[in-house]
Amino acid sequence: MKNWKLSAPFLLLLPSFIVLAAVVIVPLLLSFYSSFTPFRLTKPESFFVFIGLRNYINILSDWNFWVAFGRTVLLLTIALNLEMLLGLGLALLVEKASRGQRILRTIMMFPMMFSPILVGFQFKFMFNDNIGLVNNALQALGITNNAIPWLIDGTLAFIAILTAEIWSSTSVFAILILAGLLAMPREPVEAARVDGCTPWQTFRYVTWPFLMPFAYIAMTIRSLDVARAYDIVKIMTDGGPAGRTELIWTLVARTGYSDARMGVANAMAYFSILLSILFTVYFFRKLAAARTQIGAEW
Amino acid sequence: MATVSLKKLTKRYGPLEIVHGIDLEVADREFIALVGPSGCGKSTTLRMIAGLEEISGGAVEIGGKVVNDLPPRSRNISMVFQSYALYPHMTVRENMGFSLKIAGRSQDEIAKRVDEAAAILDLNHLLERRPSQLSGGQRQRVAMGRAIVRDPDVFLFDEPLSNLDAKLRTQMRTEIKKLHAKVKSTVVYVTHDQVEAMTLSDRIVIMRDGYIEQVGTPDEVFKRPATRFVAGFIGSPPMNLREAIVTDGKLAFPNGTKLPLPRQFRDRVAAGDKVVFGLRPDDAYPTGHGLHSGEETDVHALELPVTVTEPLGNETLVFADFDGADLVARMLNPRPLKSGDKVNMSFDLSQAHLFSAETGRTLRA
Repeated sequence: MKNWKLSAPFLLLLPSFIVLAAVVIVPLLLSFYSSFTPFRLTKPESFFVFIGLRNYINILSDWNFWVAFGRTVLLLTIALNLEMLLGLGLALLVEKASRGQRILRTIMMFPMMFSPILVGFQFKFMFNDNIGLVNNALQALGITNNAIPWLIDGTLAFIAILTAEIWSSTSVFAILILAGLLAMPREPVEAARVDGCTPWQTFRYVTWPFLMPFAYIAMTIRSLDVARAYDIVKIMTDGGPAGRTELIWTLVARTGYSDARMGVANAMAYFSILLSILFTVYFFRKLAAARTQIGAEW
Repeated sequence: MATVSLKKLTKRYGPLEIVHGIDLEVADREFIALVGPSGCGKSTTLRMIAGLEEISGGAVEIGGKVVNDLPPRSRNISMVFQSYALYPHMTVRENMGFSLKIAGRSQDEIAKRVDEAAAILDLNHLLERRPSQLSGGQRQRVAMGRAIVRDPDVFLFDEPLSNLDAKLRTQMRTEIKKLHAKVKSTVVYVTHDQVEAMTLSDRIVIMRDGYIEQVGTPDEVFKRPATRFVAGFIGSPPMNLREAIVTDGKLAFPNGTKLPLPRQFRDRVAAGDKVVFGLRPDDAYPTGHGLHSGEETDVHALELPVTVTEPLGNETLVFADFDGADLVARMLNPRPLKSGDKVNMSFDLSQAHLFSAETGRTLRA
């Protein structure tokens, strides 16, 4: 027993180690292991059959998986770009407001205060082909007489989801870019005006380079958000109709829980985490470069 | 190059008027300094000339043309800011060439003009660096380089040396003076430092509370200050200023000390007038230790107790009790003095100033 004297710091940290291991490390290892088995929730014994990389080979040769993967990347690309443009526009407008800027900032945050599930329900209602506000408005304005099948047509459903996603999260960009605008020194902008710049040139050559790091921070946060998009899609279309709005995570959830093929689902999940990591690394690189560019001291 | 004229130039923020209709003519190639304490409206005036502040009333003319409604880019001016205002994401070369790039000049021309400006300012070895890799003095030189490259009608300087330490400031002051000698151009230079204004400019404009107190050459504002404010603002250490009442050929100070009325003012005041008596530290000195010792025409001496001394090597500033408050005197070829020593203090009254206590204006003819 004489060698069993553990140091006090280790003992004090031990409970948290145990809790962390139980809720994070063990499940992580188990799920990673199960991605190498044909594990089905309905057949617990299948957990102990090791099949090597077969799950990975299967999903990588599965067209449906690649479609969902590609759609997720597409959603991410379009949503992030539009959110950045809109967020930038909002931030520039709010920054111009000489009065009531605080109230505007708070109002701008409203969409972020709602649960994505509720946003999903709200937009599901708005885009409903019969009773939805969107069709109602389009018909009342005489733009169309048809009931546009927003959530049924694959492309339109994608646009509807995109709209909900953008509505709920543009303020992430707006807030971060606004923070950049407020932190920005005024003199270089004035110098640019004296140097002969039009307002557009001032923005292009002076303001925008300064805002870029802020935009990249928002990009990083949002890329992770969209790459794991699940809740809004689940509510609005549930990946349907017939898989036409299926994203990676709705596919993973369906495979894991509806089809009970947990081993395959885990393989998909681990593969798509790669996507998130790649985006994060990419945006962090961009962020670092942009920071060096403006000589930021933070 | 061009003239600049301000005509009844006014700036209001809501009901608050900051600049009260000032008039000023700046000649072609003149170096003019706007000087005054903070909040006097000098920077606002400069920014109205630049077009960075809207003009509430009156007019700014550059080269005889009213520019009130022109944006800064159409005024053909260059401005050097207190905080340098360099573009942090551009190299020194890009910073200096930026205005030419915007103007659509060719790469060759930009490179040539940047190199010329860099040579004038000794920046050649720094051209590929970014502003964050430069010291304060170097940044300020880049800011000036950026201004030179444009070859503008008018240079505007907004307290360009205030962010530098004392030693560098003196050095850069000399550089600006050399620069103006090389690049002869119209300059409007804002500063709160009267030494900068005195050393650099052809003429000084002293501003206070949105009004112009006096416009004149450094010599004029130093020797013939138009108001009590100018007298106290220009010169270091500042002029001694004391309120007094004129009583039959004498100036009576509140605590009973009396001085003869300076000759040049004898016809200008009457008994009972309330005046402010001003005398520069150069014109009050321990007898025999003054700037004009031996040449005075109207000198009066008093025994005064020394309160404290500030030895500066070649001279000593002597603070002596005059009518209950410290008076500063400049002692050349100093000899040691202790506080409490009695000293025979000469007042060269031919150099004295009198201002009306009521209006603050000089009583000189």
